[in-house]
Amino acid sequence: MRPVRTGLIALMSATVLALTACAGGSDDGEGTEPAGGATPAEETAEFPEGSTMAALAEAGTITIGTKFDQPLFGLVGPNGEPEGFDVEIGKIIAGKLGIAPEDIEWKETISSNREPFIQNGEVDIVVATYTINDKRKEVVSFAGPYYLAGQSILTMTSNTDIEGPEDLAGKNVCTVSGSTPEANLLQNYPEAKVQALGAYSECIEPLRNGQVDAISTDNVILAGFAADNDDMEVRGEPFTEEPYGIGLALDDTDFRMWINDVLEESFEDGTWSEAWESTAGTVLPAPEPPTVDRY
Amino acid sequence: MDLMVIADNMPAYLAGFRMTAQLTIVAGLGALVIGLTVAAMRVSPLGSLRVFAATYTELLRNMPLTLIFFFAVLVLPQFGVVLPLGYWTAVGCLTAYTSVFVAEAVRSGINAVGVGQAEAARAIGLTFGQSLTSVILPQAVRSVIPPLINVIIALAKNTSVAAGFAVVELTATGRRLAQQNPADVVLVLAGVALFYLVVTIPAGQLANLLERKVAFAR
Repeated sequence: MRPVRTGLIALMSATVLALTACAGGSDDGEGTEPAGGATPAEETAEFPEGSTMAALAEAGTITIGTKFDQPLFGLVGPNGEPEGFDVEIGKIIAGKLGIAPEDIEWKETISSNREPFIQNGEVDIVVATYTINDKRKEVVSFAGPYYLAGQSILTMTSNTDIEGPEDLAGKNVCTVSGSTPEANLLQNYPEAKVQALGAYSECIEPLRNGQVDAISTDNVILAGFAADNDDMEVRGEPFTEEPYGIGLALDDTDFRMWINDVLEESFEDGTWSEAWESTAGTVLPAPEPPTVDRY
Repeated sequence: MDLMVIADNMPAYLAGFRMTAQLTIVAGLGALVIGLTVAAMRVSPLGSLRVFAATYTELLRNMPLTLIFFFAVLVLPQFGVVLPLGYWTAVGCLTAYTSVFVAEAVRSGINAVGVGQAEAARAIGLTFGQSLTSVILPQAVRSVIPPLINVIIALAKNTSVAAGFAVVELTATGRRLAQQNPADVVLVLAGVALFYLVVTIPAGQLANLLERKVAFAR
């Protein structure tokens, strides 16, 4: 056990060193060269020296991980640009750093690579329908939540047997292999027959063909499907709470608190509601802004 | 990082391993039967059988396995063929895909048997079936065993594709465990890899052993 642990610590320290080195490098440039034309100079000045915010503002770019296949939250359309609520949240944060939307580098993160991408520094933050939970908090830290989703059920409109999660007993329920909804079903509704495919979109045809009786995942994802497929509808109230947070490096508390400030500001000044209305709000009812969790 | 994560989840690993082994064995047997049949058709005197076998082989050999799964799960239902999701669909897809590699391996073995053998068999009055089963296949099988074991090793690894299609085998188990243990993803996946090695390394050793046992001078 010891060699593994030592190796990991060495690796992590190396990463931290490398990151610090990068941050230091951009600090040197401060003052001598003002950031890109559109960037207001006073924005950069307000960040404490050596902080991640200062480094990013100075660099004039930020790498944000998001989903590329999640309707309403992060979906890459024909133009190659991701669109959705997560993307808008990312733009709000970048904007507060003085980074224009076109200077954001979007990187696709799928559910299983979000922690490694944050740990390796491949992305600065992750805004990707990322549920905050205690196990994940051991390896990354979370700002937010900026939205409260919940697991729900999608069935054919013609199916009247399923009104809630209790009705899933003995039914074939489609979800994604290795996802949080799959784990929830296995743990809390062991009677349900879980059929795990590779992506939620792959569950649509099996549902229509009767190979499965229901699809279960976060209500926001199901709402997108229901909007696209007139013969399907979301059933019952959400039966879990999935607070979506913004993932970032484990020990960067200053950055986390700063993002929390940005989120609270956006809740108050209406930019959060605007972001919602222009994306997921086209299909889903307007939610109340959640309370940020400053753990 | 905790090495105990593998020991703690041993029941899940074993269940996944059992499913992987089961898929490998059932699909492997199915592929052997179909593959032998297709190989026999490929060398048969009937042109139509040869064309059918060649088409079957080229079609399946040149298609990615994932696409075959997609075809069975998402496309066939469009034509009214609705298969139950899960185990049997996976067995069917893996069998079909692997059978063509078996067929090709056996065909190469048959081609390796001297043409004089087939001519001699015909000269003494054996029918096509008789010469195939009593003269050619017994000789062909010997040279075919090592490549066949390679095919089975590939099959053992290919079963992981079923993880994306409602079968909870080793890879799907690994995904579940990774979701439950985000701090130990590397170890969880290393555990999955270890279980694959438990199947593939002995199979490779068996191939070496058999190769020495059945080797003969031609």
